[in-house]
Amino acid sequence: MKDITLKHRRAGFALDAEFALAGARVTALFGPSGAGKSTIIAAIAGLIRPEFGRITIAGECVFDSQSGIFVQPRARRIGVMFQDLRLFPHLSVEDNLFYGWRRAQSRPARGAADEVVELLGLSQLLKRKPQALSGGERSRVALGRALLMGPRALLLDEPLASLDAARKAEILPYFEKIVRETRIPMLYVSHALDEIARLADHMVLLDHGRVVAEGPVFELTARLDLFSGSQLIPGTVLPATVLRHDEVHGLTEIGVGAELLVVPRVMQNPGNDIRIRIDAEDVMLSLTRLEAVSANNVLPATIADIRKNGPHADVQLQVAGARLVARITRRSLQRLDLSPGLPVFAVIKSVTVGGREG
Amino acid sequence: MGGILTAAETEALLLSLRVALAAVVVDLPFAFAAALLLARSRFPGKWLVDGIIHLPLVLPPVALGYLLLISFGTRAPLGSFLLENFGMRFVFSWTGAALASAILTFPFQVRAIRLSLESQEAGLSDAAGTLGASALDRLFTLHLPLAAPGILAGVITAFAACLGEFGAIITFVSNIPGETRTIPLAIYTAIQSPGGETEAARLAAMSILLALAGLVLADIAGRRARLAIGR
Repeated sequence: MKDITLKHRRAGFALDAEFALAGARVTALFGPSGAGKSTIIAAIAGLIRPEFGRITIAGECVFDSQSGIFVQPRARRIGVMFQDLRLFPHLSVEDNLFYGWRRAQSRPARGAADEVVELLGLSQLLKRKPQALSGGERSRVALGRALLMGPRALLLDEPLASLDAARKAEILPYFEKIVRETRIPMLYVSHALDEIARLADHMVLLDHGRVVAEGPVFELTARLDLFSGSQLIPGTVLPATVLRHDEVHGLTEIGVGAELLVVPRVMQNPGNDIRIRIDAEDVMLSLTRLEAVSANNVLPATIADIRKNGPHADVQLQVAGARLVARITRRSLQRLDLSPGLPVFAVIKSVTVGGREG
Repeated sequence: MGGILTAAETEALLLSLRVALAAVVVDLPFAFAAALLLARSRFPGKWLVDGIIHLPLVLPPVALGYLLLISFGTRAPLGSFLLENFGMRFVFSWTGAALASAILTFPFQVRAIRLSLESQEAGLSDAAGTLGASALDRLFTLHLPLAAPGILAGVITAFAACLGEFGAIITFVSNIPGETRTIPLAIYTAIQSPGGETEAARLAAMSILLALAGLVLADIAGRRARLAIGR
């Protein structure tokens, strides 16, 4: 049985979703606004009572419409980081952070709690009031507050949506650290593929209140039927291994399947598993192996599937046992006469390396 | 104070302050409860409760004084019950003046507190709930502190209104020097007596100074309270 089964109706909106959280540490709930993401979060947290369904968190049923189970939010031990953060304006950063900790039955030891505060870089800000913090600092306080209550699961409702790109880049490493160092299952709501690519293992795609697809991030991001046609730029997320550093040129060689990629020097040690993301727009296709080209990464590939999308065509490639998507123009598609099964070379212009291990 | 104020003036001033203080202090917990009820819950007949709470705003004070007199008089059922069982007497006593003032200024407190409760984001309460706080816990750690500016505004407005109360007091507890003759009653008495114009003017000036001091105090306190809750 799936962990989450929900049916809920609101004026002009019906939610009918079912998905599993099993095994995955970070599950991304992905979909456009109005897809029902926030309703699902509210239902899991116990802030709304769905009409029908069943919710199981860490093996314990917190809601079951059939047997009339409805565990109150304060007894669920589910940490929530709200989109609008909801810090208590009259309390200091410290009192905000420890609000849940002070009330928790099974909470991290004081020392461990202080470590989380340190990890989030908040030790120097404890005496301040939330309104005296920057947007990024406030996000960290909200994350810390949810973590310190010792939750069985963490719900993150578009935690970065209100931040600009620079702030987002500042905060994401903290999330990666938290994902790496805690074992708390997380449900991460977002409509930004780059965040999901960096953080999530499992992905649930939601649209109009229904689950369109669910599965490992590595599989889902390369599926043309899901992303082609949407305004989103598909970007493939791939597991990779750090092979060796080229200190002379400030580069790192990483292995993706049997192939080798060269990326700017990463902070991970050789042997470490990482994940990389390649935007479809950063992949060019060539019928011959280009020797005199500035891009370092040219991989032999086979076209698996092609989907036309407005002026573009998304081409799914089979590369070294993994799938990669290239977005080219319709004109190029015609000019090169590309079709499924054709061997080509993928010229990769840019690779984004995520901080967390694959 | 002997130098500036006469004994009778000092008496009226202290009595006014005592009556007003007693009235707002007694009102506050009830006003908070009423405000919480009106701001947070929905129930059938809410409009009626709302109306009754606000009735003193439109009720003529003299009429209220009369109603109090016929219910708390020593021969009235309620009045005699309180006197015999608790030794409490409201008629012709400063406590009666405080009771009348408390009823008349109750809506001022309720309105101010209700507004500050309604302006609190509902999301904060939800957040506290997910963090393990019970409803009572949230009341004391969230709603009450966040309502502080409203409570303060309500208390100060009610206090100022108490200082000006006349009709209900004179009807209910009469005009007894040192017992129920508050500043407004003292002004009235001065005007009624021949050659009392100067006395009336002095008392009126005192009222104005008191009101001004109240306004300044309210402003300072309001600022501090808002700062403390980060508004």
